[in-house]
Amino acid sequence: MSRRANEGRVDLSTLSRLARLLIYAVLFAFLILFYFYPLTSILSLSFTPEGNVSLEPFTELFGRPRYLRVLWFTIWQAALSTLLTVALALPGSYIFARYDFPGKSLIRALTTVPFVLPTMVVSLAFTAVLGPRGLVNMALMRVLGFQEPPLNLQHTVAIILLAHVFYNYTLVLRIVGSYWSNLNPRLEEAARMLGASRWEAFRQVTLPLLVPSIAAASILVFIFDFTSFGVILVLGGPRFATLEVAIYRQTVHYLNLPLAASLSVIQILFTFALMTVYTRLQATMTLPVELRSRRATQRRPRGWREWIWVGGNLALMVVLLIAPLVALVQRSLTLGGGLSFTFYRELFRNPRGSVFYVPPAAAVRNSVTFALATVGLAVVLGLMAASMLDGRSTRVDVQESGDGSLLKTLWRGLRQLLDPVLMLPLGTSAVTLGLGYIVALDEPPLNLRTSPVLVILAHTLVALPFVVRSVLPALRSIQPQLREAASVLGASPWRVWREVDLPIVARAVVVGAVFAFTVSMGEFGATSLIARPERPTMPVAIFRFLGRPGTINYGQALAMSTLLMLVCTAGFLVIERFRVGGLREF
Amino acid sequence: MAPLLELRDLHKAYPDGWTLSDVSLTVEERQIYGLLGPSGSGKSTLLRLIAGLEMPDSGQVLVAGRDVTRVPPHRRGFGLMFQEYALFPHKDVFSNVAFGLRMEGLERKRIEDRVAEVLALVGLEGFGHRDVSQLSGGERQRVALARSLAPNPRLLMLDEPLGALDRTLRERLMDELPAILHQAGVTVISVTHDQEEAFAISDCVALMRSGEVIQVGPPQELYRHPRSAWIARFLGLTNLLDAEVVAPQRVRTAVGTLEVEATDEGGWDGGSEAQLLIRPEAARIRDDGPNRVDLEVVARSFRGMHWQLEGRHESGEELAFIFSAGVDLPRLGETITLSLRPEALTLLGDTH
Repeated sequence: MSRRANEGRVDLSTLSRLARLLIYAVLFAFLILFYFYPLTSILSLSFTPEGNVSLEPFTELFGRPRYLRVLWFTIWQAALSTLLTVALALPGSYIFARYDFPGKSLIRALTTVPFVLPTMVVSLAFTAVLGPRGLVNMALMRVLGFQEPPLNLQHTVAIILLAHVFYNYTLVLRIVGSYWSNLNPRLEEAARMLGASRWEAFRQVTLPLLVPSIAAASILVFIFDFTSFGVILVLGGPRFATLEVAIYRQTVHYLNLPLAASLSVIQILFTFALMTVYTRLQATMTLPVELRSRRATQRRPRGWREWIWVGGNLALMVVLLIAPLVALVQRSLTLGGGLSFTFYRELFRNPRGSVFYVPPAAAVRNSVTFALATVGLAVVLGLMAASMLDGRSTRVDVQESGDGSLLKTLWRGLRQLLDPVLMLPLGTSAVTLGLGYIVALDEPPLNLRTSPVLVILAHTLVALPFVVRSVLPALRSIQPQLREAASVLGASPWRVWREVDLPIVARAVVVGAVFAFTVSMGEFGATSLIARPERPTMPVAIFRFLGRPGTINYGQALAMSTLLMLVCTAGFLVIERFRVGGLREF
Repeated sequence: MAPLLELRDLHKAYPDGWTLSDVSLTVEERQIYGLLGPSGSGKSTLLRLIAGLEMPDSGQVLVAGRDVTRVPPHRRGFGLMFQEYALFPHKDVFSNVAFGLRMEGLERKRIEDRVAEVLALVGLEGFGHRDVSQLSGGERQRVALARSLAPNPRLLMLDEPLGALDRTLRERLMDELPAILHQAGVTVISVTHDQEEAFAISDCVALMRSGEVIQVGPPQELYRHPRSAWIARFLGLTNLLDAEVVAPQRVRTAVGTLEVEATDEGGWDGGSEAQLLIRPEAARIRDDGPNRVDLEVVARSFRGMHWQLEGRHESGEELAFIFSAGVDLPRLGETITLSLRPEALTLLGDTH
């Protein structure tokens, strides 16, 4: 009896170790083939122009104040944007964490929409509100009788900051808000009972407990602002450049690959350092700190003061987050002061027989196809990666394998490496990545240059971190006893994963899928380089319209952006419907 | 002199329809006052109203005769020990206990002295630099108690003070807690759903049900004279029989005509319907004496200090009794003759 049981266990752990090894192999093969290989190709091409290593691009870079200014601008605009975003979103997080009010889930869903919108759409939405022909200026001219647009925010830092806040507000709202809502309100009440005023209780108790989540949100926001591309390109105009924009210009306009590559290296180093801090922080955030279910922590606002406080913040959200989108739709439907579908009709015409003509239906179809493929690939890989990263599920196996600490060290090393490495694509210049694909994957052994798979691979790389970051906290929240209970009841490791882990993380997987879908729909940097001219995606189509002069082209860009916004929002809603019912509260 | 705490017609309605209706209570200086009731009865809500964490719709909270209904919680000078304690996870034991003293703006030296003093009072000398997460359940409870005692509150409120502890620890703290509280000389309101805990700790108990206070009195009085059948059942008294009063102090029930103790209230006319409560310690094993009842033994269990016996009467009624550990009980299925002491039999007018 005991011999049989023993044999069973040995078989089981060997199997699971084999499976584990396979999963690691698949993950690392994917990353090496489609991330490190293209990247090193482009880097080596840049640093060894004549076959031997040269650091000349770097010395050249630091010798030119122009690029130091780019670096400085990248840093300070990101810092300022982050600060603004956190300052504006913190009161909102509080309201979502502690109050229950009518329409809450709808407003929460609405605030998420901007985050999933492509940069092209957001940029155009902001020009639709604040540009010279935007809503605000039009209204001011009509009401106050200005002859010229009085407010010129086009190509200013202000509009860039605003767009960044618009983009990342929901990140802070989600990360800090959800952490806050699980924080036991009794802690603050305990402080109040011990003589602390409202403010004192917040400062002494709540704020210190929120710090990890605020820090995590800030770092993530900072990274997004740091690598900002489409927003700067369209809203900033020629005057402003972040590293990413500089990389793009050096690559596309000046074909200066060595300089672009060294800029990429600087950007990767920065983001990798930040990512490391972020992954550490997120691991501490999932430690249980007196967490409570939401129902116990939320209540209706009481009294007019609380209602004004809640209402004011909601109004801010709506104005900041919804107005640009409404303006985008409105402007795309307006020509010469009246309602018109001209811009949409123009999308289907090709008056000059241009070879670059993109039927919108085709662009939409391309985008959706790429996005669905990306979702499939990114979710499978993301689940694999998250299972590997969730340390607790592997502890037993590591201990059982026992023979020699070398193996143990190897497992742990693999795992620790995997986490920040998986986040790397998020901080890598998409433009550089696209370029790397062109350079590396167009010749044997791997010739994919003409294959649409290239786009899907690039999108999957960018989407993977989102999937992993969505799934991992859910996995980490699973009590190890649940898995132990399942295996004691006779479930194999695979069954444990399927019966316990998967159902619990299902909702997180859906969220990850939403992210993957929208990331793919909106990706522009890499796609602009690797998509075949005859198979453009929607953002590429929009950028082509913007590159051409005239009201009709601008209008078509607006129309296409509106379509892209609708597709993204629709996709978001469709996947949202597949949520697992019982887990909605968590 | 005005009582330390007086509640006048406190009323609070919630959007879901639940209402705390017109609660009036008086708590004297240095009294340990228990609020007892099942979950949802409104005891925690009442506590939060007293603390100032919630505002009543109407009614007043008076402290030593002064109206504090609109005073914010941090200016009331009350202490509240939360259910599951709400210890600050980012502070060590010392900083947790010192929090209220720091809010008072005391100087460092005096804070240190006072923290050492209360930690000694709860039996946690030298625990100051422990991390809160390293403490056991009982230690956390003591830290929470020390934290709420440190600023010398005029009134200390305890929300399910022993609820999160295991049985052995609870038994021990049921003895220790009143001792500590009396030693600290503090006035206490303690909320619990556990009658044993309420009885053990409190000088006076207010029983709550559905947002109303339904009976107030010292524990022994509540136990002896529950005002209704519901209260009796809530207190764990399960021997309730339909009874018809045939004469003063005589009732007819399914198990026979029984003699009951004289009540001060009197007022039971012949023919009126009531419920008879037979307390579990009422029975003695003997063939003579008043109120003899024959029961078939259907369950018996030895609980260490006492026997518990369940018997079925030929009418089908089942009654449960306890006996001292020294007696010999018949085996299952055998018949036992019991005599019920009239003073352990109480008539209840309110049968709900």
